[in-house]
Amino acid sequence: MLFEGLSQRLQDTFKRLRGRGKLSEKDVKEVLREVKLALLEADVNFKVVRTFIARVQERAVGEEVMNSLTPAQQVIKIVRDELTELMGGSAVQLRFEGKPPYIIMLCGLQGSGKTTTAGKLAKYWQKQGRRPLLVACDIYRPAAVKQLQVVGESLNIPVFALNGQDPVVIAAEALEYAKNHNHDLIILDTAGRLHIDAELMGELQRIRERVPVYRTILVVDAMTGQDAVTVAEEFNNAINIDGVILTKLDGDARGGAALSVRSVTGKPILFGGFGEKSDALEVFHPDRMAGRILGMGDVLSLIEKAEASIDQDEALKMGKRMLSAEFTLEDFQAQLEQMRKLGPMDQILQMLPGANKIKGLDKIKVDEKQLRRIEAMIQSMTPEERRRPEIIDGSRRRRIAAGAGVKVQDVNKLLKQFEESRKLLKQLGLLEKKAKKGGLFSLFK
Amino acid sequence: MTEELYEELEAILIQADLGVEASVGLVETLRQRAKAEKIKAAEELRWLLKDELKKLIGEPGVLIKNPSGPTVVMIVGVNGTGKTTSVGKLAYHLAEQGQKVVLGAADTFRAAAIEQLEIWGERAGAAVIRHQMGSDPAAVAFDAVQAGLSRRADYILIDTAGRLHTQTNLMQELEKVGRVIGRAMDGAPHEILLVVDATTGQNALNQAKLFAKAVPITGIILTKLDGTAKGGIVAAVVNTLRVPVKFIGIGEGVEDLKPFDTEAFVEAIFDRS
Repeated sequence: MLFEGLSQRLQDTFKRLRGRGKLSEKDVKEVLREVKLALLEADVNFKVVRTFIARVQERAVGEEVMNSLTPAQQVIKIVRDELTELMGGSAVQLRFEGKPPYIIMLCGLQGSGKTTTAGKLAKYWQKQGRRPLLVACDIYRPAAVKQLQVVGESLNIPVFALNGQDPVVIAAEALEYAKNHNHDLIILDTAGRLHIDAELMGELQRIRERVPVYRTILVVDAMTGQDAVTVAEEFNNAINIDGVILTKLDGDARGGAALSVRSVTGKPILFGGFGEKSDALEVFHPDRMAGRILGMGDVLSLIEKAEASIDQDEALKMGKRMLSAEFTLEDFQAQLEQMRKLGPMDQILQMLPGANKIKGLDKIKVDEKQLRRIEAMIQSMTPEERRRPEIIDGSRRRRIAAGAGVKVQDVNKLLKQFEESRKLLKQLGLLEKKAKKGGLFSLFK
Repeated sequence: MTEELYEELEAILIQADLGVEASVGLVETLRQRAKAEKIKAAEELRWLLKDELKKLIGEPGVLIKNPSGPTVVMIVGVNGTGKTTSVGKLAYHLAEQGQKVVLGAADTFRAAAIEQLEIWGERAGAAVIRHQMGSDPAAVAFDAVQAGLSRRADYILIDTAGRLHTQTNLMQELEKVGRVIGRAMDGAPHEILLVVDATTGQNALNQAKLFAKAVPITGIILTKLDGTAKGGIVAAVVNTLRVPVKFIGIGEGVEDLKPFDTEAFVEAIFDRS
């Protein structure tokens, strides 16, 4: 099987591409071949895949490889970032602005899940304090009106229906009804239709001409294949959709349709449907979807870990500086700001390999709360004092304490702790020399 | 020149939802045949590919007929593929041929699914056996088979609720419906048709595999072929389950269920592209 081995073949590619520095064209091409297959297997449209791959190729060649990643992983990272970006970056919330009632029109192919979604949306917005009205505009499919009525009844949300009327008339009457009954939100459940059915597409246009539709939302089945592009394009051309809801995401479809639809319409995916229960509706997260479409779970979590450890790299760099230079209060001061970002100094020191073997390291406690006081004390010292703390005698201590607004004991404590730290750092420095050649830090590169 | 053509053909297949694996495989076979048979002309290569595709998809199947008593047909599939509509159209199709049909409304889950089937029953002139919404689907199926037996029906069509193949408990429920039908009548169900939406991509194969695990699928109904989707994934489904495509759905009208035609299906894949 071509795809059962996808993960394995990716691993092989990773092993082969061991170089450092910048990504070569060969690195990128080799990985993107696998990515292309993964995307096609996830039902991303053929043409969308082609454009996407070309775009990543262009972006990735020559890019710096992150320290903690292999070149192949770096390419996958770029792929994931681009995928997320292409799908809209972060979650989009539908906002209600202007004068209510807001009319939301749902449309889509047959069986995409419009009626179920209508119920879920009504409940979702009702929970946010809206007073929704469901409107049965599907007059074609047998018992479709009844279906919406049953859904409405089970959710305790009123349903507006008119027997034997045109959907355009139903929508208009529903608007009047909503105004008279204090509904601020109207959800039109329209009939499923083919995008190439000119007459029924015309009906949606006529509804929009007759009533002020606030948002038109296309409901798309997450299992849709290559045709998602055509469907989305045609609906968008005919009635200019505002957003998309992706349904049936509780299944095991990879959902490449999300990418296809997004890239041909440029419209955001607003919600995802995750089951038949009325609350199985979630705000859509492009990053999660990117991961799902790409598959490659292991690789992606590896990349995420590497990203999380960037901070650790920074900490190590600082540790190295502490060891290499004669560590002074001046350095200490300069690093205080950075340290706040990275966490307490004792933790930074704990990150150094071998640090747990050094006795007395746990005594170094630079309390986060004390950092500001320490900073104040160091600021009250002269440059000479910062460089050579041993010259700080009793009178200098009193002056510093007064300047920083602390007690002399605090200054004593700081100087004592600093002296201890310096001893420890010396010890670490010796350890480094013992570890020979490239030094301690070459051990964990 | 030829390489470009191969790539173009491969793209056509992928865009028809055949999947990369099948598409690459087919074009590879084409290359070999072209080499062996010394064929270079584009038209001939196209013809060859269509020929390979027809072989892959196989002959259409026909509806099974139980020679002794009613034929029980169960209709299964994921949500929104068009099961109820297919049952309705199949009932109409059979009634047109003078067959007596009884329908079992075993989708007791989806709102108004029972009412929907009842309307189809009226259109086809078929009796609908129903319980209340939320009742046990196996019990409905059992009653429908018994009613069909006592009324000497030719066909008993059982509509089931749409369910995602990944929902284990619902798949077990389906298995139970099949078992209970067998208890109502020996050898039943005679036919279990999986309804596949032609718009579906690669996931249809997972669907087919997991449905076949729960109940012995005997054939495929490929719906929504009146749109622009080509339904190519059915090739993988047919070859994995080793069952034929029996019918296609091409609309919501009573006559919009047609016997599957391999030739026409393959031609449509190359249409417009």
